Amino acid sequence: MNRTKVDEEEYWNSSKFKAFTFDDEDDELSQLKESKRAVNSLRDFVDDDDDDDLERVSWTGEPVGSISWSIKETAGSSGSNHEGREQLKSRNSFSYAQLPKPPSTYSLSSFFKGRTRLGSFQSLSDALTDTPAKSYAPELGRPKGEFRDYSNDWSPSDTVRRLRKGKVCSLERFRSLQDKLLLLEEAVSMHDGNVITAVLIFLKRTLSKEVLFRELEVRQVALRHLIHFLKEIGDQKLLLDLFRFLDRTEELALSHYREHLSIQDPEKRKEFLKTCIGLPFSVEDAAHIQDHYTLLERQIIIEANDRHLESAGQTEIFRKHPRKASILNMPLVTTLFYSCFYHYTEPEGTFSSPVNLKKTFKIPDKQYVLTALAARAKLRAWHDVDALFTTKNWLGYTKKRAPIGFHRVVEILYKNNAPVQILQEYVNLVEDVDTKLNLATKFKCHDVVIDTCRDLKDRQQLLAYRSKVDKGSAEEEKIDAILSSTQIRWKN
Amino acid sequence: MAFHHRPDAPELPDFSMLKRLARDQLIYLLEQQHEVDKLYKVENKPVLSSSEQLCFLVRPRIKNMRYIANLVNADKLAGRTRKYKVIFSPQKFYACEMVLEEEGIYGDVSCDEWAFSLLPLDVDLLSMELPEFFRDYFLEGDQRWINTVAQALHLLSTLYGPFPNCYGIGRCAKMSHELWRNLEEEEDGETKGRKPEIGHIFLLDRDVDFVTALCSQVVYEGLVDDTFRIKCGSVDFGPEVTSSDRSLKVLLNADDKVFHEIRNEHFSNVFGFLSQKARNLQAQYDRRRGMDIKQMKNFVSQELKGLKQEHRLLSLHIGACESIMKKKTKQNFQELIKTEHALLEGFSIRDSTSYIEEHIDRQVSPIESLRLMCLLSITENGLIPKDYRSLKTQYLQSYGSEHLLTFSNLRRAGLLTEQAPGDTLTAVESKVSKLVTDKAAGKITDAFSSLAKRSNFRAISKKLNLIPRVDGEYDLKVPRDMAYVFSGAYVPLSCRVIEQVLERRSWQGLEEVLRLLNCSELAFTGGTKDDKAPSESLRLILVVFLGGCTFSEISALRFLGREKGFRFIFLTTAITNSARLMEAMSEVKA
Repeated sequence: MNRTKVDEEEYWNSSKFKAFTFDDEDDELSQLKESKRAVNSLRDFVDDDDDDDLERVSWTGEPVGSISWSIKETAGSSGSNHEGREQLKSRNSFSYAQLPKPPSTYSLSSFFKGRTRLGSFQSLSDALTDTPAKSYAPELGRPKGEFRDYSNDWSPSDTVRRLRKGKVCSLERFRSLQDKLLLLEEAVSMHDGNVITAVLIFLKRTLSKEVLFRELEVRQVALRHLIHFLKEIGDQKLLLDLFRFLDRTEELALSHYREHLSIQDPEKRKEFLKTCIGLPFSVEDAAHIQDHYTLLERQIIIEANDRHLESAGQTEIFRKHPRKASILNMPLVTTLFYSCFYHYTEPEGTFSSPVNLKKTFKIPDKQYVLTALAARAKLRAWHDVDALFTTKNWLGYTKKRAPIGFHRVVEILYKNNAPVQILQEYVNLVEDVDTKLNLATKFKCHDVVIDTCRDLKDRQQLLAYRSKVDKGSAEEEKIDAILSSTQIRWKN
Repeated sequence: MAFHHRPDAPELPDFSMLKRLARDQLIYLLEQQHEVDKLYKVENKPVLSSSEQLCFLVRPRIKNMRYIANLVNADKLAGRTRKYKVIFSPQKFYACEMVLEEEGIYGDVSCDEWAFSLLPLDVDLLSMELPEFFRDYFLEGDQRWINTVAQALHLLSTLYGPFPNCYGIGRCAKMSHELWRNLEEEEDGETKGRKPEIGHIFLLDRDVDFVTALCSQVVYEGLVDDTFRIKCGSVDFGPEVTSSDRSLKVLLNADDKVFHEIRNEHFSNVFGFLSQKARNLQAQYDRRRGMDIKQMKNFVSQELKGLKQEHRLLSLHIGACESIMKKKTKQNFQELIKTEHALLEGFSIRDSTSYIEEHIDRQVSPIESLRLMCLLSITENGLIPKDYRSLKTQYLQSYGSEHLLTFSNLRRAGLLTEQAPGDTLTAVESKVSKLVTDKAAGKITDAFSSLAKRSNFRAISKKLNLIPRVDGEYDLKVPRDMAYVFSGAYVPLSCRVIEQVLERRSWQGLEEVLRLLNCSELAFTGGTKDDKAPSESLRLILVVFLGGCTFSEISALRFLGREKGFRFIFLTTAITNSARLMEAMSEVKA
C-alpha cells in the first residue's frame, strides 16, 4: 500500500503533466467545485437546523424544554397556538430567502454567530442579524473541517450553563489541561450530572487515561460520574484500568466477577468463574467465589447425570416426581434440597449426595437439618424425618434432638401436611409447655392438649377445650374420663 | 373516622393544570409533529411495524439507545429506509447522544425532548416517576436527575408563585436547591409579583431516613402498596381480590370515596369500617322496600347509580383486605412486626438476629431477608463483624453467590455495613481527606463517607422521641401522634424532622440532631421571604422527597396536617417502599 502511494507521489512530481489539486487558485474547476461543496454543506446545515428549529420551538416561539414556554402555553388560549407556529414557519422560510450564498466554507462560520445574551437561539434570522461573535457551532456529527475557523470564546461557566440547557456547544477549544480542569470544576460546581458526564466524555476523548485518572482521583464527584458512565456504556476494560489505577482492588475484582451474570452457557460460566478465583477479593469473599465455582461445577455434573436418569425412566423417584427445572445456577440451599429430595441415600463419595454437599460447603448443622427435613417431609418419608433427630449416646440409648428447636420442626411438618400422629410425636418434644400447648391447639393435636392440661392440673383449660372438640368423639370421651377422675388434684 | 380537616385548613392548589399541560405537550409531540398513530411498549425485541417512520418515547438511558441503534442498524442492513425520532423524557443526556454517534446512527435519528416531570397522582401528590433516581444518586452518586428536580421546582414556582420559606436537608437537597435558585435567577422576572400560593417548601434526601422506608407498612394504602404494588396511582387487583376470574386495574386516589376514607387508617380499623359501611349500604338498598312507584322512580334515577358504584368499590376493598389478611397470616406477619419493633426500640437484638437468620435459612423471600438485615444494620450502627459474616454467608448460600454484588452495593449506599473499630476508620479518613481538593465533595471523600457515616439511629431516636412511651394500649382508632402509622411503635424520622423544623421555622435548636444525622453542613433554609404572603399560603407545605417516599410517610404527614391545620403537598421522585429500595440495590433481578 505504502509503496504504491509513494510511487504515485513520485509519478506526479516527476511527471510533466500538472497534477490537479484543489489549491490551484486560478483553476476554475476547483472554484466551481469548492462553491458547490459549500452550497451543499450549506444546505445540509440549513436543512438540518431548520429541522431542529421547527421541532425545538413551540407555538409561541419559545424553545421547547424551557419551562417558561409551558407556562405561557397554558396561560394563553390554546387557539392561538397554531397561528404562532404558522408565523414562525413563515419567518423561518423568510430567513432562508435572505441567506447569502457563501462562496466558500469560510463564510459559513457566520451562521454560528449568535447572540451573546444567554437567550435562546430562536431562528436563523436571529443568528444572522446579531453581530457579536458567539459561536453556536454544533459539536457533533459534522466534518470538523467546516468549522476550522470559528471563534469560540465562551467562558467555562458560560459553556457549562449552555450545556445544562441542552444546547450544542463545542468543547474543542478547551485544549490545555488547565482549561479542561477548569471546565470540569465548573460543571461539578453546578451539580448537573448530565453536564459533568458531558465534560467527562470530552476529557476521556482528549486526555490520556493516566492523566485523566490522576486528575479524577482527587475529584471524587467527577470520578463517581465517570465510573457510573463506564458501567453504563459497558466499557469494562477502561473501568478495570481505572480501578487498578485507584488501587481499589475489591471493586476491581467485583467488577470482573459481575461479568459472569451475562454468560448463559453453564460451561463457559464455570470457566469464567475459575478466572475470578485468584482476584483480589477480601478473604471471606474469596471463599465465596471459590464456593460459587465449585457449586456450579457440581451442578453441571449432577444435571447431566440426572437428566440422563430422568429420560431413561428407570429411576422411581424421577418417575414419581419429575424435575420441574434444571438445578444449574441454583443457590446452594436449593441444591441441597434437591439432593436431599433425589439423592438422599447416596453414599458420601458421590457428588450429588447431601452429606457430600454438607462437607464440601461447610453447611451448618442447623441449615442442613432444616433443608433435609423440608425435603423428606415433602416426600412424606417419615422414617427419614425420625432418623434426622435421633441420636444415640454411648450407652445405646436413643434421644431426640433438634438443632432448630422442635417447634420449628412441627411447623415445617404441618406445612407439608404431616399426619396428626407424626405431628403429635414432635409437638410432645417441644420443651416449653406454653409453646407446646399453643402448637398442639393450633394443629389440633388433641391428645397432646388433653394430656398437657392433665399434667398441669388445669381443669378450667381442659373444660374450655372440651367445647372445641367434636361432640361424641374419642377426644371428648377422654376429656370426660379425666375430668371425672378422682386421682387428680386440680389446681382450679 | 376518615379525613376531616380543620375548617381553617387551606385549599389545595389545582394540579389538574399540570395534567393538562403534560397531555397537551405529548399529544402535540406525537400527533401534530410526528403523526404517530400507534403506540408500542419499548421492549427488547424487534419492531414488526411496516410504518415509514418510527418514533420512540424513552427515558434517557444507554440501554434504550442500544436498543434503538440495533433496530436502525438492522434496518440499514436490510436496505430499509425509515425516519426515526427519539423523544427523550424528561430530557436528553449527552451520554445518550454519544452512544447514538458511536453506533453510527447519529443523524439517522432525530431527537426531541418532552420536559415532563410532574405527574399528579392525586390531589396532594406529585410524582416524577423516576424510580431510577434512587439507585443513580444514592448508590452510584450520579447527579443526572438534579437538573430535572430543579426544573420541576422551577415549574412549580412559576405556576404557583414563589416559595416564601424553604428548608432542606441532605446533600442532594442542597444541590437541587442551589441549581434551582440559579435557574430562577437566570429566568428572572417570571415569578416576580406573583403571590405565593404555597408558603413552605421542604426538601429531604432519602438517606436522611432509611429506617422509615425499610419498615413494613400497616396503614391501608401502604399495605396495599407493599402487597400488590401500586403503579402510577393504580393497582392490579388479581382474581383473589375481585372474586371473579379476571384481574382489575383500579385507580387509587381521592376520587374513590371508599378508598379515600380508609387509605390513611391503620389496617386494624379498616375491617370494622368497611363492614359498617356495608351495613349502611344495605340499609340504603333496603329503603326501596315499601316505596311507591314515584319514590322508586326517584330512587332508581338518582341514588341507585351511586349506591352501585359504592357497592362495587366496597366489595373491591373488602376483597383486598381479605387477600392481605390471608397473605399476612401465612407469612406470620405478627412475628415479623414484633421483630421490627424490637429492632426499632433496640431490645433483644440477639433474638432479632436469629429471627433474621432463620428467615434466610428457610429461603423466605430474598428481599424480605435483605430488608431486615438492613434494618438491623442501620438501627445498630452496623452489624458486629461476626454477625455480618455469618448472615452474609448464609444469605449467599440461600439465595445465590452472585448476591455478593448486592452486599457490596448495600455497603456503598450505607444500608448494610459492618461495624469497624473507630480508630482505624478515622486514620483512613484523615489520610484520604488530605488528598481531596474537590470543594463540592466536602471534607471527606464519599467513597469513605458511607463507611464513616454512622447512622446513630438510637441517639437520634432518643433525641427526637421517635419511640413513644406507651402507657397501656395505644388506641389506633384515635391516633394521638404520627406513630400510629407504625402501630404506635415509631414516629417516622423523616416526618418528625419536618414537624420540628416547621414548628421552629428554622433548624435552630436541632444542631445536635443534624450532627447525629451527619448533616451539619447539609441543612439549609432559604426562600423569598415574602411579607405579602397570604396567611392561607403559610399553612400549605410542599414536601419534596429526593429518592422516594412511602405511603406511610404521606399518611403520617396528612395526620400532622390535620392536627395542626396545615395541608401538605407531596412531590417525590417516585413512590417507594422497602421492597423497591432493596430491589434497586440488588444486582440480580428477581
